[in-house]
Amino acid sequence: MITFSQQQLKTPRYLRPVYLVTAGQSKYARAIPEKRTEELCIDAFTMAAELLDLTPAELKKYIHTCYYGHFADHFGDQLLGEALIHDRLGLDPLGNVGIKSGGATGGSTLWEAAKAVASGYSDCALAMGWERMDEVPTDEGNFLIASAADRDWESPLGQIYTGYYAVMAQKYWQVFGKAEASFRRTLAEISVKHHGYARFNPFAHGPMKITVDDVLVSPVVADPLRALDCCLMSVGAACAVLCDEDTAVELTKNSRHKPLRVWVTAGSHTLRPADRRHMEIPLLPNETADQYKDLGKEFPGGDRYPGFTGFLAARMAAYYGYRMAGVVDPMEDFDVIELHDAFTISDVQTYEDIGLRPYGYGRDFVESGDCYHTNPHTGRPGRLPSNLSGGLIGCMHAVGASGIMQVFEIATQLWGRWSEIHGDEKRWKEFGREKPADWTDLQVEGAKRALSVSHAGVGSHVTATILMDPDHLLKKDA
Amino acid sequence: MSSYGQVQVKGGRYRFRGDFHRLEQHMPIRDADHGWRLVGVTKPRDMTYVHSYGGEALFFESLSQGKLFATKCENPACEANGSIFQPFRIYCPDCLSRCTVIDMTELAKQTATIHTFMVCERSGAFNVLDKPIRFINIEFDGVSTILFSYLLMGEPQIGMRVAPVFKYYNPTYTILDLSWVPAGTKAEALPEGFLF
Ligand SMILES: [Zn+2]
Repeated sequence: MITFSQQQLKTPRYLRPVYLVTAGQSKYARAIPEKRTEELCIDAFTMAAELLDLTPAELKKYIHTCYYGHFADHFGDQLLGEALIHDRLGLDPLGNVGIKSGGATGGSTLWEAAKAVASGYSDCALAMGWERMDEVPTDEGNFLIASAADRDWESPLGQIYTGYYAVMAQKYWQVFGKAEASFRRTLAEISVKHHGYARFNPFAHGPMKITVDDVLVSPVVADPLRALDCCLMSVGAACAVLCDEDTAVELTKNSRHKPLRVWVTAGSHTLRPADRRHMEIPLLPNETADQYKDLGKEFPGGDRYPGFTGFLAARMAAYYGYRMAGVVDPMEDFDVIELHDAFTISDVQTYEDIGLRPYGYGRDFVESGDCYHTNPHTGRPGRLPSNLSGGLIGCMHAVGASGIMQVFEIATQLWGRWSEIHGDEKRWKEFGREKPADWTDLQVEGAKRALSVSHAGVGSHVTATILMDPDHLLKKDA
Repeated sequence: MSSYGQVQVKGGRYRFRGDFHRLEQHMPIRDADHGWRLVGVTKPRDMTYVHSYGGEALFFESLSQGKLFATKCENPACEANGSIFQPFRIYCPDCLSRCTVIDMTELAKQTATIHTFMVCERSGAFNVLDKPIRFINIEFDGVSTILFSYLLMGEPQIGMRVAPVFKYYNPTYTILDLSWVPAGTKAEALPEGFLF
């Protein structure tokens, strides 16, 4: 049994409010042979400037420090690629640092940039993330990704990261999913939803109009997971600019949107799932210890926490983040979310870790229709739409950029600019993509508060980013 | 002529012999759809790394001798006092005192049970296991962690009892020298190279 001290569980605090003023992203695809990584980063940065009706040169004048998320040096065969990008963006002699935390790299990059502003070190910080996963064949790509597992104890076993994840999926599938065909269909529904929403996103790499049955007959990767249950492997870049209040007001004075308050928190857990030890469930504000006392009876085999079925890192990111920003019930307090759907099943596990449903009941978030833009059962707006971008399954997983792409998406929602940005005919054409005839506006009406979750590997690092309209905060001193 | 890179430690230093990399030609990458214009180059690379097991070397050496070593925190002041770790941890994760090495081969033979598993149809480059790979995580009575390994024979199920087998012949000195078979498997049924 592991225990945590009060010092370790302290609610994080910023010394001053931090604002997100703009964000931008490149096109995402499996391969972009015609562009160097720096060209993708410049695309993202130029877009961020355009959203403020500024030129890149004007926006650059405000930036004081730079945080670069890029996970896998060995993919691009370039150590210290951050320094190259920094130079090509013309941001010398500003201080910059590279950040890597596996799949959560994008989220961790925002975490660092936000702290720089919150502490007063910088009034304006750039968070930029990218990944280039097209420069090796897929099986070597799998080998390189498996290098992020323990090289002595895990990666010799198949050199395939999906397998290390999948043992956890199997446990969840059998214990909490009870290996039911109905649960298997619910997982497939997530893939249909994410590939489907991606059709309305010009940036997205994996748009598909598919059915639950299509998912269920796609090739088996690791039973019960099939090819269409898995995220994409993408190339692309995304960025966000974070500021203190004065700079935020100045930068947005000619813009069509206001700055958003932002909080970023992080949690971690053992790199090797094998090292997980038993502990009590750290409770979120909308939970009581009582509600979990019979978990092992309701779900035989589910009494070990986090065992192989919960992501403690996600639970801790939410634990810190909700308290920091005054979130009591995420279902009530948020209007739209973007989660790290590496696999359909890990999406469901995350619903529980972040308190959308109690442990054991994640599937209900999908089955109730709450997770949709429009609830398919009622025809009314979904209670808490998730992954309207298409997520990692439908939009992209360009590792260092993914957590920033999510924040770009929820920000456009809170700004009320989702349709303008995703519906723009010019952008579809520029990316060489055809805007579908049935293109649908996925703006969530009146969205004021949002959450995104960035997640690494088997749950080794997770960040939670909370955005709020500054006129709709949940607590005054947050 | 080239020969495999080999390394010894002598006088506290690595001594290298043979070839640790090979030179290979870069090749142009051209765009077949646009007049064969140049897009980039390939960058072949073949290198041999030198890696120390440090305080875990004992664990990896013992696999080829049919022994499964674990470690135990015996610091009376530690919250985790008495915890047994498999994977083998050199230091206790709670108090950071050096753990005691214990032989848990018999414990594994008697109590190893599949906690979860996955039958994986795919692998990455440089994989040497036969596919599909049957990943298993194994719990043991009184051990606080859940070892990741692979099932050599049979089909895995949660709750299934398994027994360790070791690669005595031609060991790789990696984690692949340890594998598992369903409890009750006869010695003569084991694949070549593996013994109980
Ligand atoms: Zn100890």
